[in-house]
Amino acid sequence: MTFAVLMFVLVGVGLTFTALAALVRIVRGPTILDRMVASDVLLTTVILALGADMVARQHTDSIPIMVAIAATATFATIVVARYVKRRNELEVSDSVGETEHV
Amino acid sequence: MFDTILDALAVICLLLAAMLSAAAGIGLLRFTDSLSRLHAATKPQIFGLLLVIAAVAIDQRSLGVFLALVPVFVFQALTAPTAAHMVGRAAYRTGQLDSRTILVDELGPAVARATAKAAEQDREQALAEAARDREIEAELAAERDAERDRIKPVRPPTLS
Repeated sequence: MTFAVLMFVLVGVGLTFTALAALVRIVRGPTILDRMVASDVLLTTVILALGADMVARQHTDSIPIMVAIAATATFATIVVARYVKRRNELEVSDSVGETEHV
Repeated sequence: MFDTILDALAVICLLLAAMLSAAAGIGLLRFTDSLSRLHAATKPQIFGLLLVIAAVAIDQRSLGVFLALVPVFVFQALTAPTAAHMVGRAAYRTGQLDSRTILVDELGPAVARATAKAAEQDREQALAEAARDREIEAELAAERDAERDRIKPVRPPTLS
């Protein structure tokens, strides 16, 4: 029993560290792409944490939300990646009046 | 005994997944450019998820639970590479990569070729459109002339 508890503590520490690292990268990331990659990692960590919780508490209630997150997690990344532009194009489009975030 | 082994196996799978995830976190923090961070970030998305699914299925010892978890993996395996591809493409084309770490860049000439080809096609299309516009213009002018010629002889009837 103590072996399992120790393992679950280690799992929790690892997942918490990943979530914090992703948050740090979201805040500090120099470009929008870094932030989107980090938010992807954050969502993956949420899925892993839900699975770890199901193992730790011996239930299967979280499977639907795992399916939903896995199916929709990357939409935001795809949408943002389509609209990333080069910096010199940015200046041109700024003068035209469009707004871009890079 | 068998139960104990299966439980330990599930927990070890979880621990491996957590270690992969932590490695992704370290990579996110310490790597220098978007492409490297993308490389680190995509590791737990597939294999870590696979390990967690295996852990849940082993822990529940049920085929039904395993079948319910298969869609999670299928959806993730469909969407994660797409997102990674889009991010990598955008990162390369906007120059957000550390060019000192690249030994061979085979994508650069290909992108340059594709851009040149697209520009050439655009130019040809613009020329063709201009030619077509001139043709239509000439046709319209000819029609207008014909109309005027046809209308001109018709005089208002005189009263004589």
